[in-house]
Amino acid sequence: MWGRTRTDLPFDQDQSTRFLPWIVALMVLLAALAAAAALIVQRAADTWDNGLSGRMTVQIPAEDSDVAAAQSAAILTMLRATPGVISAEPLAAAAVAALLEPWLGDAAGDTDLPVPLLIDVELTPGARLDSTTLATRLSEVASGVAIDDHRVWLSGLIDLARIVELAALLVVVLIGFSAVATVIFATRSGFAVHYDIIELLHFMGARDSYVAAQFQGQAMRQGLRGGLLGAITAAALLALIGFFARDIQAAFIPPLNLDPRQWGILAIVPISAVVIAMGTARLTVLRALARMP
Amino acid sequence: MLRFENVGMRYGMGPEVLRDLNFTLEPGSFHFLTGASGAGKTTLLKLMYLAHRPSRGLVHVFGRDISVTPRADLPPLRRRIGVVYQDFRLIEHLTAVENVALPLRFAGADRDETEAHVRELLTWVGLADHLDARPSTLSGGQQQRVAIARAVINRPSLLLADEPTGNVDDDIAVRLMYLFEQLNRMGTTVLIASHNEALIGRFPYPILRLEDGELQVVGSRRGAAE
Repeated sequence: MWGRTRTDLPFDQDQSTRFLPWIVALMVLLAALAAAAALIVQRAADTWDNGLSGRMTVQIPAEDSDVAAAQSAAILTMLRATPGVISAEPLAAAAVAALLEPWLGDAAGDTDLPVPLLIDVELTPGARLDSTTLATRLSEVASGVAIDDHRVWLSGLIDLARIVELAALLVVVLIGFSAVATVIFATRSGFAVHYDIIELLHFMGARDSYVAAQFQGQAMRQGLRGGLLGAITAAALLALIGFFARDIQAAFIPPLNLDPRQWGILAIVPISAVVIAMGTARLTVLRALARMP
Repeated sequence: MLRFENVGMRYGMGPEVLRDLNFTLEPGSFHFLTGASGAGKTTLLKLMYLAHRPSRGLVHVFGRDISVTPRADLPPLRRRIGVVYQDFRLIEHLTAVENVALPLRFAGADRDETEAHVRELLTWVGLADHLDARPSTLSGGQQQRVAIARAVINRPSLLLADEPTGNVDDDIAVRLMYLFEQLNRMGTTVLIASHNEALIGRFPYPILRLEDGELQVVGSRRGAAE
């Protein structure tokens, strides 16, 4: 049946735009990897922010165990009465010994060691407890008491993670701009190659939208081809990275595998590539046609 | 149908290639356009099929002043004008049927209905055995008939043909002219650009003669001979 499978313009004979699917594939691959990096870093930052920043540790020097125990009880009472504190629990000696074991070995369980008493404090999510003021108050009960507020050092790490996340998103945006520029170049090239036929269609009464639709359709086919190739490659790479990273147990290193929600977000990348290619091709052709009488 | 008033045309800052053209093509009329090479025939035809706007003067096509008609309104006007180009301008990768069907596609016609119409017209011009042939596999005369079929498929109000007999022998040229006459009898206004004086002399139609960018309207060659 005429016209159902063939376009008016012989795009399949067009050497100048044959490279486009490969470039789209590469851009989709790079954009998907950058977006995946942004998602992984974002998840890590959220985890650190929501997890560790909701806790603090209070240390009571253990110069005299009886005195320390009494001070511990008083400090626990004070902490539990402090607004923003959900719970305050002393760490058992065995738990403290387990924390020290990597550095001290079997000696960590030695009861003669002057190990400070530790109190694990859980804070209300979002609570902004002033650790300096709290430390001053606690010092009135036990001199030398120290508060380890993870937020102090964690905030720097989270800021760094946010910057990395923004940088990755910036890369995605820049790749998008590059895709637009590439499609403009390819479309203009195709327009010049097929100018005689375009002019003929124009003088025969074809509307601009009819001619633009031909380029838009071609951009869609090429974008789909490239987008699919790029997406499959990116998915394979990310799955491979997730597979090899599954057993990494290092503290603070976020899991490198993606969850279903993140895969869903990444699926937007090739779809966006197709939409960008179609829209750019259409606008480029409409602008070029506007210069014709 | 088509009226030129004091029309002048120049390309860029160059000299005027057409000057002070004044003429009217009445609906249903048949004219020849003749003149030496470089006299401006092709430029005049381009003004008629709305490929250019005039540098000065008024061009009225189907009652619209082309100088002030918005660009978006031109495609429907162009679809009412069939053009047979001197070099046919068939699209090489499309078959004869697909080439002829183009104007119907622009008009948004239903494909299944129009395909039968296209095949019927190509059969009428003697190309029943070449419906799915590519232009490069057809002879000059066959390509010419495909070009003519494409120009008339949507029953244009105005048919313009630029040297339509330039690439065929005399017998086919006369047959093509009879084809144009048939279309004219069905109501289409026809203008044939040709410098084949012998052929023009065989038909009793008025002649628009271009000389150095200026136009004279003269009676038919046959009428003058009689």
